[in-house]
Amino acid sequence: MFNNLLSGEAWSEALRILRLEFPAAVWETFYVTLLASLFAFLIGLPLGVLLVAGDKDGVLPLPAWLMRTLGVIINLLRSIPFLILMVLVFPITRAIVGTVVGTPATVVPLVIAAFPFVARLSESSIREIDPNIIEAAQSMGASPLQIIFKVMIPESIPSLISNATIAVTTILGYSAMSGVIGGGGLGKIAMNYGYYRYKYLVMIFAVILLILLVQLFQTFGTKLAIRSDKRLKNRSE
Amino acid sequence: MIEIKNLTKTYKTPDGSVEALKDVCITIPDGDIFGIIGMSGAGKSTLVRCINMLERPTEGTILVDGTDMGLLDKKQLRAARRKITMIFQNFNLLMQRNVLKNVCFPLELSGLPKAEAKEKALELLKIVGLEDKANVFPAQLSGGQQQRVAIARALATEPEVLLCDEATSALDPNTTRSILELIRSINEKLGITVIIITHQMSVVETVCRHVAILDNGTVVEQGDVGEVFSKPKTPAARRLVFPEGDTDPVIARDSDETFIRVVFNGGHATSTPLIAQLAIEKGIAANISYASTRNIGDGVYGSMLLGITGGRENIQQAIEYLQKTPGVVAEEVIVRV
Ligand SMILES: Nc1ncnc2c1ncn2[C@@H]1O[C@H](COP(=O)(O)OP(=O)(O)OP(=O)(O)O)[C@@H](O)[C@H]1O
Ligand SMILES: [Mg+2]
Repeated sequence: MFNNLLSGEAWSEALRILRLEFPAAVWETFYVTLLASLFAFLIGLPLGVLLVAGDKDGVLPLPAWLMRTLGVIINLLRSIPFLILMVLVFPITRAIVGTVVGTPATVVPLVIAAFPFVARLSESSIREIDPNIIEAAQSMGASPLQIIFKVMIPESIPSLISNATIAVTTILGYSAMSGVIGGGGLGKIAMNYGYYRYKYLVMIFAVILLILLVQLFQTFGTKLAIRSDKRLKNRSE
Repeated sequence: MIEIKNLTKTYKTPDGSVEALKDVCITIPDGDIFGIIGMSGAGKSTLVRCINMLERPTEGTILVDGTDMGLLDKKQLRAARRKITMIFQNFNLLMQRNVLKNVCFPLELSGLPKAEAKEKALELLKIVGLEDKANVFPAQLSGGQQQRVAIARALATEPEVLLCDEATSALDPNTTRSILELIRSINEKLGITVIIITHQMSVVETVCRHVAILDNGTVVEQGDVGEVFSKPKTPAARRLVFPEGDTDPVIARDSDETFIRVVFNGGHATSTPLIAQLAIEKGIAANISYASTRNIGDGVYGSMLLGITGGRENIQQAIEYLQKTPGVVAEEVIVRV
């Protein structure tokens, strides 16, 4: 089954596909990942803040039943495997995008799968803040909202960026998976050529490109996180 | 004036309740530097945190200039907290903001326009001697410098009361001295009432006028620093004043000796010449058994334990002589046998 993998014919065909189809696929994967990450953060970050602030002894205590419901929903969504979730949310996807196949349609399940994850990551970033700093802000007469926007979020920025990087790379992985049921991008190429047509070389190219994209996001994210952290000594600014 | 009336705080924990404060009554006059001293776990932090309602009293009231802090609604309480600011053992600066923006923070909270806040913050940084560090981040400062930033931040809203919870406990002796000096000058120049929480006698001796000794949640002694420290009446106070304990080797040494505790509270004397003068002018030789004094600004602060032989008359004379010096309190130490 791998005997034709490295034949001259296979190479030339793979290179042709690389030239013709990969640029669009890389772009699709890239923008789907970023778009889904963006929405996942728009929903997940506020939830993460709420998970911390709404605690019994948080800055903005919320009813216990509400906090418990929130926790259960987040855990539930996180425990459904992505492929199954994608199928489960078909109705929602259809309602929002009008179709369940194609690149834009994959953004919906990606966001639904990723925002609970982002909420938990944001929660853990915000919990890292020294509670004494929050108490100091309270002692200066800060309101709960001021504490959230002027202390909790700004003080956890470096950690939030690190965790955002983890989220983006995970979402990239999910987006590749979405190729299985109609999503576009590198995942689709890997599925179509590698799985259905046994063109393994093409699949390997797709995998290499996915690895490069992950590397790119990770390197960029790590650099940004370090640059943003004012706690590090010996910085020149 | 701050009046703490019958303050009781009970924490409910899974293994029962902890009575952190029991029926505490303290009155702190305006413009005072008031020390609250006690061993670890005595309830000091709980007590200060009750003053600005970071901790709700279980019973009792806190009156600040006649206002019952417990009756304020959330908004009023936030406004009141701008007038009762606080500094902490670990400084608690915002690590992602530079020094200037840290000082601006409370002004930002109160809605002061940015430009005005900045101007004021720069002024405050000058007061604490850090105007050249405005654009540096807290992580790049020493502990003492961070505490100065915290002090500038605490002064930004022009408070009437400054609460210091172990503000010098994380600092070395020299830095401690300079921070205490700063606190004193703020108290003198701005007339801010200062409450200092500490477990270190030396801190109280150095800056406080009045002191309350907290032991196991209750105030066991309070009053003028000189008085309380020269005549510790309760076992808890004695433990603090004579950390060596009742088996103090110095006191046990010579039964003929009587001890006088001399407390220097900012007078213009320097301690050694005073003892020398006592010998020259009165012919009384004092044996310095213990001394911990320091010069701060142009005053001497601290205390000394003098052993004096020769009976009651000598002691009487020595006390009278020492008392004549401004800022010096001398009293016979009652040693339990
Ligand atoms: N949130 C809390 N829940 C339960 N118990 C508490 C709480 N805070 C303080 N305590 C208890 O109350 C007592 C007084 O604590 P507090 O922190 O006021 O002491 P402290 O004098 O400030 O001590 P230290 O010098 O170690 O800071 C201690 O026994 C402590 O265990
Ligand atoms: Mg404490």
